[in-house]
Amino acid sequence: MAVEIGIKAILAFIMLMGALNLAGLLTWVERKQSAVMQDRIGANRASIFGIRLLGLFHPLADVLKMLTKEDFVPRGSDRLLYTLAPILSVFFAIPAFAAIPFGDAIQIGERVIELQVANLPIGLLYIFAMMSMGVYGVVLAGISSNNNYSFLGGLRASSQMISYEVTLGVAAMGIVMVYESMNLQEIVRAQGTYLWNVIPKWGVLVQPLGALLFFVAAMAETKRIPFDLPEGESEIIGYFVEYSGMKFGMFFLTDFLETVLLSCMMATLFFGGWQVPYLYPEGFHFPWGSLWSMPHLWVILLGIASFTLKVVFFCWLLMTIRWTLPRFRYDQLMRLGWKIILPLSLINIVVTAIFCLR
Amino acid sequence: MTKQQVWLLVIGTCLVFVIWLLEFNMGKIQEEVTKTGTTETRSMLLNIGPSHPAMHGIVRIVAELDGETIVGADVEIGYLHRAFEKMCETGPYNNAIPYTDRLNYVSPLINNVGYCMAVEKLLGIEVTERCKYIRVIMSEISRISDHLTCIGASAMELGAFTVFLYMIKAREYLWELIEKVTGARLTISYTRVGGVKGDLPQQFKEDTAAAFKQTREVLKECDQLLTRNRIFVDRMKDVGVISKEDAISYGVTGPFLRSTGIDYDVRKAQPYLVYDRIDFDIPVGENGDNLDRYMVRMEEMEQSMRIVEKALERLPGGSILVDDQGHEMPAAFMVDEAKMGRTAGFKERIVRMDPTLEGSSGSHHPAVNAPEKKVVLPAKEDTYGNIEGLMDHFKLVMVGHGIRPPKGEAYFPVEGANGELGFYVVSDGSDRPYRVRVRPPCFPIMAALSKILVGDMMADMVPTFGSVNMIGGELDR
Repeated sequence: MAVEIGIKAILAFIMLMGALNLAGLLTWVERKQSAVMQDRIGANRASIFGIRLLGLFHPLADVLKMLTKEDFVPRGSDRLLYTLAPILSVFFAIPAFAAIPFGDAIQIGERVIELQVANLPIGLLYIFAMMSMGVYGVVLAGISSNNNYSFLGGLRASSQMISYEVTLGVAAMGIVMVYESMNLQEIVRAQGTYLWNVIPKWGVLVQPLGALLFFVAAMAETKRIPFDLPEGESEIIGYFVEYSGMKFGMFFLTDFLETVLLSCMMATLFFGGWQVPYLYPEGFHFPWGSLWSMPHLWVILLGIASFTLKVVFFCWLLMTIRWTLPRFRYDQLMRLGWKIILPLSLINIVVTAIFCLR
Repeated sequence: MTKQQVWLLVIGTCLVFVIWLLEFNMGKIQEEVTKTGTTETRSMLLNIGPSHPAMHGIVRIVAELDGETIVGADVEIGYLHRAFEKMCETGPYNNAIPYTDRLNYVSPLINNVGYCMAVEKLLGIEVTERCKYIRVIMSEISRISDHLTCIGASAMELGAFTVFLYMIKAREYLWELIEKVTGARLTISYTRVGGVKGDLPQQFKEDTAAAFKQTREVLKECDQLLTRNRIFVDRMKDVGVISKEDAISYGVTGPFLRSTGIDYDVRKAQPYLVYDRIDFDIPVGENGDNLDRYMVRMEEMEQSMRIVEKALERLPGGSILVDDQGHEMPAAFMVDEAKMGRTAGFKERIVRMDPTLEGSSGSHHPAVNAPEKKVVLPAKEDTYGNIEGLMDHFKLVMVGHGIRPPKGEAYFPVEGANGELGFYVVSDGSDRPYRVRVRPPCFPIMAALSKILVGDMMADMVPTFGSVNMIGGELDR
C-alpha cells in the first residue's frame, strides 16, 4: 500500500512540476514568440551574474516581483471572496491534470504502472468538471472587487465559459462514441490502432470537425485572444483589474495552466496522446512489414517525448493565434457559440452516431 | 458501447436540438417579461477615463450601460488644456511654431504648415515654388504617419497587437525620412514664416523611394491581417455609424466625413500650395461606419504616397551642393572663421551645410525662402559676413522688432490628418499675434461622439473612439 501511494505521489509530482513549469515557461514563450512575430527582440534583461540566457530568467523575476508587491485589497470589497477567488482559480486548474495520461503503462518487475496520476474511468468528465469549476474564481473575482469594470468582466466570463462548456462537452462526445470510453488512457490506447493498417486512428482523423470545434471551444474556455473578452485589456481591463501581487499572479498562472491543459486535452483526445505512429510495445512495426525492435524503456520514453512534443506544439499554436487575431465582441461571441459551433457539434454527434451504428 | 446507448445519445441530441430551437424564441419571451413589468432594470454608470487604456490622449466618457449596450454617453474633454492660443500671443510670430508641433503631435508638419500659411496670408507674401513643393511633400509624409498610428492603435485596441507594431515599424521608416530633413522626429518645427528651415538633404528622393517601398510592403501585410480578417471586419462594420446630415451639421471633416460619402477635402475644395497641380484621388466611403473610416485611411495613405512621388518628380530648382572646383566648407568651420572676422571670400564659396545639425544651408536659402527681408532671416554667411545681413538678422530676432504684419486678420485652412485644420490669426500691427485661434479637426467629431456611441455596445466604444483619432494636444490645445 505504501508503495502504491509512493508511486502515485511520484507521478503526481512529475505531472505537477511538468504542468507548473511549462506554464511558467509559457510566460517566457509568450514574450519571445510575440517578439519574433512583431520584429522585436523581446525580454532579455533579467540576468543572474550577467548571464541572460535569452531572457529565461524573466519568469523567475516575475515571480519575485509578484511576491514582493503590495497585496492590495480595495475598499468596499468582500475581503473573504476577494482572497478566495484567485485561490479557487488555481485550485481547480491543477487537479485536472491528474487524469491526463502522459505515457504508456511501464513495467518494472512484476508491477505495471500506468503513467497517469489517476486512472479514472470517467477521466473526461472529471476534467470537464474541473474546468467548469474554474469559472467560480473568475466570477467571484469580478463580483467581490467592488469595481464596475471587474463586475462586467465577471459577467462576461461566466456567460462565455458556461456557453462554451456546452460545446466543449458535445464536441468531445464524438470521441467518446468512436473510442467507446471515457477513460483517457483507454482513449489513447484506442488511438494506437490503424485504419487500413496504414493510417493511425487518431482522433483528428476520425473526428476532424470535432477536433476543430473542441479546439475553438477550449480556446474560449482559456479566455485568451480572440476570446479574451473577460480581460478585454483595452475595454474593461478585466475581472482582475483590482488585483495586485501574487493574487494577480495566480490568475496569470491559471491562464497559462489552462493553456497547458487545453494542449494536453488536444494531444490526448485528438492527436494520439503518447502514441507514436507504428510504435508497438516491442518496437516499430512499419506498414511495409519491416520491424525495428526497441527495449521497453525506450518505447516508454519515446511515448512521453511524443506527448510532450504534442503539448508544446499546441502551446505554440495557441500563442500564434493569440498574437495574430483581434478580439470578438460579446454578442458576436455568443452568436458564434450558440448558433454556429453548438449546432455544428450536434450535427457532428449525429453523423458519428450514424457511422457507429452501421 | 452498446447500440442502445448510442440510440439514447441520438435521442438526447435531438432533445438538445429542440432546446436550441427554443433559444431563438428567448428574445420574445424576454420582451414579454419586460412588457408586463415583472422585472425592473436600472442602467449602470461606467466612468471610462480619463486614465483608461483606450482613452489615449486624456478624455473621459461617462457611459450609461444597459447590460453592455451604451444608452447614454457624456464626453468630457479638457484634460490636456495647455493654453496654446494664449501662449501664441506671448511671443513673436515665429515663436508659435514649436507650440504648433504639440497640437497634433503625430503629424506636426501639417500644423507647422497651416500656421505659417495663415501668417503668410496676413503678410500677403508667397513662398518660393520649391518651398511649396517641400511643404506638400512633408505634409503628406506626416499624413501617412498619422494614419499609420491611428489604424495601428485601433487594431491594437481590438486585440491585434501585432498589427500595431507593424504599423509603428512603417512609421519609423517615415520618421527617419523626416529626421533626415528636419533633424528631429516628433517636435520638428520645420517651417518658418516665409519658408522652411532648410532645404531637402541630398539623396532625399532615393531615400523616399526606399522608405515608401518598405511602407507599402508593411501596408500590404497589415491589409491582409485586417481587411481579410472576419473578426476585424465584423467588429468594424456597422459600428459607430454617423449619417451624412449629422456629420455636416456637427462640422465633421476629414476621413470621418469622407467615410459617409461626402468628398470634402480642403486640398481639393480650396487648393493651397501646389495641390491643384498634382493629380490625386479622394477616397470616400458609403456607410459612415468604422470599417469605411479604416478603408478611407488605408487608401489615403496610398494617395499621399502618390502625391509625394509626383511632387518629388516636379520639384523645381534642385539643390547645388557640390562645387566642382572644391570650394566647399563645413558650416561649423565657416561660422568659427566668421566669428574671428576672417570672412574674406565667403561670398564666393559654396558652403556645404546639412539642414539638420550644422545649421541651414546658406547657398540655397533663396530656393526655399521667400525673398522678404522683413520676414525671413538672412543667410548665415550674410549674418556673419556683412553688416547689412547682421542688421537684418538683428531686426528680426530682437524683442520689439521682428515680423510685423499689417493690422488685420486671416484664416487659413489646411487638410490635417483628421480633417480641416484651420488657423485664425489676428494682428494689431505689433510683432506678436493679437490672437491665434485653432480649429482642431477632432473637436467637432468629439462633439458628435456621444451621439455616435449611443446604441452600440461597450466594446464598440473602443474602435469608434480609435477611428476618431482624437489627439489630446489638438483637441484641448
